[in-house]
Amino acid sequence: MRHFLDFEKPIAELEGKIEELRRMSEADGINIADEVARLTDKADRQLRATYARLTPWQKAQVARHPDRPKAGDYLRALITEFTPLAGDRAFADDAAVLGGIGRFRGRSVVVLGTEKGSDTDSRVAHNFGMARPEGYRKARRLIELAGRFGLPVLSFVDTSGAFPGIEAEARGQAEAIARSIEACLEAPVPVVATIIGEGGSGGAIALAAGDAVLMLEHAIYSVISPEGCAAILWKDQAQAPAAAEALKLTAEDLKRLRLIDGVIGEPLGGAHRDPAMAMDAVGEAVQTALSPLLGLDGTSLVARRREKFLAMGRDALA
Amino acid sequence: MSWLTEFVRPKIRTLLGRREVPENLWVQCPACQQMMFHTELEKALRVCTHCGHHMRVTAQQRLAWTFDGGVFTRIELPKAPADPLRFRDSKRYPDRLREAREKTQLDDAVLVAHGAIGGRRAVVAVMAFEFIGGSMGAAVGEGIVAAARLAVLQDAPLVVFTASGGARMQEGAISLMQMPRTVIASRLVKEAGLPFVTVLTDPTTGGVTASFTMLGDIQIAEPGAEIGFAGARVIEQTVREKLPEGFQRAEYLLAHGILDMVVRRGEMNATLGRLIGLLRVKETEAA
Repeated sequence: MRHFLDFEKPIAELEGKIEELRRMSEADGINIADEVARLTDKADRQLRATYARLTPWQKAQVARHPDRPKAGDYLRALITEFTPLAGDRAFADDAAVLGGIGRFRGRSVVVLGTEKGSDTDSRVAHNFGMARPEGYRKARRLIELAGRFGLPVLSFVDTSGAFPGIEAEARGQAEAIARSIEACLEAPVPVVATIIGEGGSGGAIALAAGDAVLMLEHAIYSVISPEGCAAILWKDQAQAPAAAEALKLTAEDLKRLRLIDGVIGEPLGGAHRDPAMAMDAVGEAVQTALSPLLGLDGTSLVARRREKFLAMGRDALA
Repeated sequence: MSWLTEFVRPKIRTLLGRREVPENLWVQCPACQQMMFHTELEKALRVCTHCGHHMRVTAQQRLAWTFDGGVFTRIELPKAPADPLRFRDSKRYPDRLREAREKTQLDDAVLVAHGAIGGRRAVVAVMAFEFIGGSMGAAVGEGIVAAARLAVLQDAPLVVFTASGGARMQEGAISLMQMPRTVIASRLVKEAGLPFVTVLTDPTTGGVTASFTMLGDIQIAEPGAEIGFAGARVIEQTVREKLPEGFQRAEYLLAHGILDMVVRRGEMNATLGRLIGLLRVKETEAA
């Protein structure tokens, strides 16, 4: 059963009608191919028109779509010999952060991902993709491991943010995030981060302070959720669409502001309509971003990465 | 009290035009509700003389109390940001900035100065909570980077007093990018073999806590300061539990191993001086 978003209702209706006609034709043997083709064409045009001008708030819905491929899907599709590694060596293993070693197009890499889960059980198991300090500490440990063995780091980010919990604070959520950002910045190996869904604030950048930061076309990346921003600045959560607009959280806007390095096109109607195609596109884009970094030594990589981040926002200074 | 403080300070105050409150005004402590003379409170560095509650102070006051003899030189920081996102909520961001500048006489939420602490050269950055909640946007990030560069240039330790509600939402992802930028600043200081000390004051939350603040060689907090990553209300709504007594206060963080020490305001200069002296084996004379 496909999930439709509110703004996809006209498309859902058309697709429902097509489905119905198909069933009828199978049952009664009536030839309605022409009618089906006509409706399919209409649905297609509608989908294309809708997705060509998604508002930032609509993009936020697509980025959070329950059927959208998750970090684990990317790992399965893009990484061979994937070998999960667990634990922060201090407290626990955090299932919200996937991590391990494997091969990306034949090359040995360290992979990290924030995993939201795709059904009720797995969502609970992965804490809805909200990591605790041990998740960021695991990430840091694996980034350091990558540095020791000269393995590039690939991260796939999809999180609403770090987990806001009592124990998370008690165990030093802020310190864990800070150290993870530092590990990304200091890694003497290429770090390529891809925002595949939601890039929620500090919990996202903890795994995304890389040489190349890519974003899927309908992913969002923001300092605060539109709902949170609306609640604070508009004193009204219902203003989330306005906040989404104001925050400039779309891939297109962030590329224009030069805060990310590349935008990866999605299949028509979003990554969830053709996950294989979306994951393929991400694989290609990661490969393209990674290639030029492979020839650089650790010192140059760190220096370039620092320069890139230090230059950010400078254009914004009057 | 020397003749200098008696005679020179009132003059400076008139010059700065900061004294709108009559000297005999009573102030009520928000913690214990007891009353104090305004002058008495100022003399106590805005620490309640009854219960020891540390009230918030302006960045300018903080600078004066941090350096030896209140002597320091402020450096000019890169100009404050324009409005890259053309952000508008109930107010336009440029209007918000202008109002904050008029109210505080500051350019943005950070001040950087150099001077001596415990007789040794030091660079100090102070965040101004009075400026849009001390929120961190490009100007604050740039200020922390500038402070780090100055410390390296002067071969001096960097002390940062934090006070922030978190990110400057009106700068969207640009404010988020200040997290890696300020982490880089901390690296610059450390790589030069210089101490990087953070002093967490009330409140220190969000992206400011989760970046350079938590990377101090030494991490100090003022008593009672609220410190955390996520906001208490958000946590309460998420976990649907009552928060423990003293949650996200300086003493709670100390007990959980996140801070080195909690230091009273009146002892801050001496503590910083001692720490810098102990860490800096290579003797450096005050500038």
